[in-house]
Amino acid sequence: MSLVETEHLTKRYGTRTAVNDLNLTLDEGEIFGLLGPNGAGKTTTILMLLGLTEPSEGRALVAGMDPTRDPINVKRVVSYLPENVGFYDDISAAGNLRYTAELNRLPRKVAEERIEEALDDVGLLDRADDKVGTFSRGMRQRLGIADVLIKEPRLVFLDEPTLALDPDGVNHILELITRLRDERHMTILLSSHLLDQVQRICDRIGIFVKGKMVAQGRIEDLGMQLATNGAHVVEVEAEPLSDDLIETLRRISGVEAVERSHKMVLVRSNCDLRPQIVKAVTGARAHLLHLRLQTVGLEQIYFRYFREN
Amino acid sequence: MGIIPIFRKEIGDHLGSRRFVILMVLIVLASVSATYVAAQSIQADLTQHPDQSFVFLRLFTASNGSLPGFASFVAFLGPLLGVAFGFDAINSEQSRGTLGRLLSQPIYRDNVINGKFLAGLATISVSLLAIYLLVSGLGLRMIGVPPSEEEIVRLAIFFVISVFYVGFWLALSTLFSLLTRQAATSALGALSVWLFMAIFVTIVSGLVASAFFPTNDNSPVQQVLDNRTLQQNIARVSPSNLYEEATEAILSPDVRTITPVLFSQAQGAVPGSLKLDQSLLLVWPDVTGVIALTVVCFGVAYAMFMRQEIRTL
Repeated sequence: MSLVETEHLTKRYGTRTAVNDLNLTLDEGEIFGLLGPNGAGKTTTILMLLGLTEPSEGRALVAGMDPTRDPINVKRVVSYLPENVGFYDDISAAGNLRYTAELNRLPRKVAEERIEEALDDVGLLDRADDKVGTFSRGMRQRLGIADVLIKEPRLVFLDEPTLALDPDGVNHILELITRLRDERHMTILLSSHLLDQVQRICDRIGIFVKGKMVAQGRIEDLGMQLATNGAHVVEVEAEPLSDDLIETLRRISGVEAVERSHKMVLVRSNCDLRPQIVKAVTGARAHLLHLRLQTVGLEQIYFRYFREN
Repeated sequence: MGIIPIFRKEIGDHLGSRRFVILMVLIVLASVSATYVAAQSIQADLTQHPDQSFVFLRLFTASNGSLPGFASFVAFLGPLLGVAFGFDAINSEQSRGTLGRLLSQPIYRDNVINGKFLAGLATISVSLLAIYLLVSGLGLRMIGVPPSEEEIVRLAIFFVISVFYVGFWLALSTLFSLLTRQAATSALGALSVWLFMAIFVTIVSGLVASAFFPTNDNSPVQQVLDNRTLQQNIARVSPSNLYEEATEAILSPDVRTITPVLFSQAQGAVPGSLKLDQSLLLVWPDVTGVIALTVVCFGVAYAMFMRQEIRTL
């Protein structure tokens, strides 16, 4: 069953279209990455799904409910971690979470259990009674994840959860997010402009540019969409890299072109010719130093779509 | 009800805040000294004329010339109290990044502004009540004259008007906290309105009135009367003036009119005090004015908060 469904969802601010005709489906238990540059409409989309802003056109269904008509019930099952999340600095970490629990009308006993569990999950249990004002950025972000867990949501929206974190902090957050899916079976919509992170944890991604979803699907599938007619490029580095060797490579059946590129050669073909290339290099009595089939990374996908627009 | 946790948290924040401590110290100092001076002059007066009524009420109004009475202190410092608890109501949540998190909880959006406003109003009421009781206790001890029933009722009315008056400034500063993103700008904005209302409106009203109805020592009566009436009506734009007019009549039963009176009209009048309902009738428009300004100001803030796009909030 899909937990989120949007049909022609559109949001205009004056003459500017922030989100344009969005059709998005989120399945239960997946991590969906909304990938796009700043100002692409990712946050606006999340706000519409939460009922915090009204769509100009189209409609959304979140857990079977319309967030515009029934925002309270949507917000009971959906958690939101805003970009640059903030806390009350002069209140302790546990105190901040307690406020969230009160707003969700959790009974005190349940609240205390969940607060302890959530703080433990994000590794902040020993700092529970410290004021948030003393926390580092990474700790605040982890507290943000703990805050999201208090209401035990089915669906979590994370807006740029790794923004301005150091590599350690990023890893910690990404690991936490994966655990939300695997251990707590939550569905996660994550927005980011950082492709490598999205690539690492997301089951599916949607590429969002200027309010339009230009592509969505599994990362491998998106790669296939892009790869021009299944072209393969193999990087070869050999010692010595003589002209004879290049000529030999060129004669392998199926090879379309061989180009020199710095210390390497790039062998283009329409199928995987790695075994033949290895044989050719060793046959020419050269040492093979490096051999790699270039894959179409998210980076290429990303730049391709962004440049096109 | 989503409003209760917000209300509770805001009250806790207010009562624990440094600004609350600073304001309370300031206001307690002002009121204690005002009461002390007032009680002393009442004591001196009582030994000469022991047969007086409404002695207790004079604790709240009497001054010795150098120090204004307690009611004037409230008129002047009340706005500070209101502004202090409202100027960063919304924009601080924005700048801390807590507003998005708050609004994504299962509460209605108006719970936030209602909870904050009511918490501010509750803090103000409790502080004012504490100060009024302090003043009453101190005065009672110094002059030894207990309040009559009517005096207690009059003081209760004075209290309610004061809460609305300070509530106006709370609503105004809440509105400013929606209009500007910087808490400092919002505080400055609200404080400049306060200075304008407290000082400049009175000056401007005099200037405007004199421009329309210039007067000198030989001016006809009608001209002087028109001048005064216009000046008073312009000054009534300011809630501070409305509040002062209202409290004057409520706290001093011998005030019979708040508008200019001709000498001939006062001739032959029997000196005495007005009954409570007559005093109330006299300042009913002022009281309604203060309450209406508060309601309108909060209403505007409420509507703005509800309609604003969350991105710009």
